[in-house]
Amino acid sequence: MSEVSQYIFNGLMLGVIYAMVAVGFTLFFGVLDVIKFSHGDTLMVGAFAGLTASIVMLNIGLTSPALQLLAVIVFAVAVTGLLGAGIAKFLILPLRHAPPLNTLLATLMLGTVMREAIRLFYPDGSNPKPFPALLPTSMVELGDLSIRIDNLILLASGLLAIAGVHFLITKTKLGLAIRAVAQDGETARLMGINFEAVVLITFALGSGLAALAGVMNGLYYNEVNFNVGLLLGVIGFAAAILGGLGNIYGAIIGGFIFAALQVIGSAMLPALIPNVPSSYSDVFAFAVVIIFMAWKPTGLIAEKSSERV
Amino acid sequence: MRRRNTILTGTSLLVSYMGLALMASPVMAKDVVKIAYVGPLTGGVSNIGLGGRNSADLAVRLRNQDPKSKYTYELVVQDDECKTNVGVQVATKVAADKSIVAGVTHYCSAVAMATASVYNRFGMPAVVWGAVLPEVTYGNNYKEIHRVNGTMINQNDVAYKFMAAQGYKKWAIIHDTTDYGKGHNKYFSEFLQKGGGTVLGTFGVMADQQDFTTELTRIRALNPDVIYFGGLTPLGVRIRTQMDKLGIKAQLQGTSGIKSDAYIQGAGKELAEGSLSFIEGAPLEKLPGGLFFTAKYAQQKYGEPPEAYGAFAFTAANLIIDAVEKVGPNRSKVRDVLNKTKDADTIVGKVTFDDHRQNIVPLITKYVVENGAWVVWEDSSYGKGKRKLAGL
Repeated sequence: MSEVSQYIFNGLMLGVIYAMVAVGFTLFFGVLDVIKFSHGDTLMVGAFAGLTASIVMLNIGLTSPALQLLAVIVFAVAVTGLLGAGIAKFLILPLRHAPPLNTLLATLMLGTVMREAIRLFYPDGSNPKPFPALLPTSMVELGDLSIRIDNLILLASGLLAIAGVHFLITKTKLGLAIRAVAQDGETARLMGINFEAVVLITFALGSGLAALAGVMNGLYYNEVNFNVGLLLGVIGFAAAILGGLGNIYGAIIGGFIFAALQVIGSAMLPALIPNVPSSYSDVFAFAVVIIFMAWKPTGLIAEKSSERV
Repeated sequence: MRRRNTILTGTSLLVSYMGLALMASPVMAKDVVKIAYVGPLTGGVSNIGLGGRNSADLAVRLRNQDPKSKYTYELVVQDDECKTNVGVQVATKVAADKSIVAGVTHYCSAVAMATASVYNRFGMPAVVWGAVLPEVTYGNNYKEIHRVNGTMINQNDVAYKFMAAQGYKKWAIIHDTTDYGKGHNKYFSEFLQKGGGTVLGTFGVMADQQDFTTELTRIRALNPDVIYFGGLTPLGVRIRTQMDKLGIKAQLQGTSGIKSDAYIQGAGKELAEGSLSFIEGAPLEKLPGGLFFTAKYAQQKYGEPPEAYGAFAFTAANLIIDAVEKVGPNRSKVRDVLNKTKDADTIVGKVTFDDHRQNIVPLITKYVVENGAWVVWEDSSYGKGKRKLAGL
């Protein structure tokens, strides 16, 4: 029993990170109908920005973990927010009237550029970097289930971040503008909404969320490397598709489902088929996504254009 | 007319000068002989590769300082990134370059396996300095492939006997699914079954896997005394940190793959404490030529430490240079000399190649992390009984 609850907790941790990435994909798709494949690498840049901030803080003598954490988050979110808005302004908006495949390819290339840039220009960037443990690490024992405080904090803050974005989109004026642009850009413009500003803000928002996911990922594994965004990007995209691209609830559910599939894959496969190592979990998870897509091509929550984002 | 004469005189002067220069050159400067070094200079195990490169470079520099050497040596350095595809590429590049006589090649077993046939095809003798998979030498019969370090067969034999002597009975095995990890799993499991230990579970993981919580959750339920990990440093660090996240108290038993300072830095001093590793050879200060090597290495002020396999890279480079000194820069002759190496005096002790050109090193050293450093078991507080390993 304790084993099962531990699996569930592990899955929740993965799920919240995937959901945060998937929400970004869904936001961008909702607003501009684009698939931004550099999203995973934006996350990686965020994690590295956070790492840089923590090193700078240590070097100027501010060693308090709370202050460091604050600097890490603020810097990571600011850098990737700007990066996301910049990508939208200089790459995605100019390609708006080109075939969607062009945007997809251009962002795929951009992701590679970002990845290689970190690898080549960040000091010793090709090696995995230890990420500082800035959260309390004491252990909570619930029967046989042991959960560390930092993991609980991470899980809670991930859920909070997603809830925050959801609140922003459904309950604020800015959110209304985003939803208006998502539904019909031209009409939104006629209603006096600054189309470009809304697009840029949406991209900054999604990228900032990715940065937060990157920092969480770093704090969870105590490690970042230049390659981390690649798989997370693909998984986040798969999760968004699984839930129904363009729907924020779909993205969240998709993230948790994908994590569940991975955990089930690595826990059950070796138990069911003796010679299959747990490293096949990704094969299993992605195979299920393929089958699922054949069954429900529009995802779990099918997109209705009136309910976008 | 006069002008033509001037040109003629000028030309003849120039020609005779060039002739003089040509005649003088063998006396003035020695011929340059190129030797390749291939290892991982970037990526997760780059620290080992850089240490190996510096050590091979040291061998070359020392020989170039020696007035009695017949040639000037030049080290051509290539990065295999510990990836088979990149490794085959650079191996082909090096082997196809006829000006390179021989190579000091590879730390990663998967790469050494993939490149063996390349060196064979181009007839370039190679001396492996770090890969421990037995098949690198025993899985083929290429006369070009030699190896100065021992294999994982010896490593796991010693490792199991040692662990059993400590009183451990139950193991969970995690290994990466490359040739390296699978080999470790195979040989350790063999010795374990022969010796009467129990394997509660075996987990094959990807060589770049990030999350091990599922595997470790299962392992925690199995409750082993020891988690055996067959793989390299980056994964070792992740497994050690995630063991702690799940509150697993078992002993971590690594292989030569995690014996690096990067493991301790990555996992942190507290978590790395007590981790075990087994490796061919002995610490530098206990090797026959260790003090000499350390002193010379320090003199060159390299940016990186020699790490676990530096002495082997140094030895490999020296064996090649010795062969070149004996028969000249000719690949097939150098290969024949290397093939017949017997009782050669090196800093790692006597080197003798068997019929598969594998050095027969009986020496395996046990290491434990103590206060943020790898310490030889016998010298450690653990070995002296002052501290206790986990899981007992």
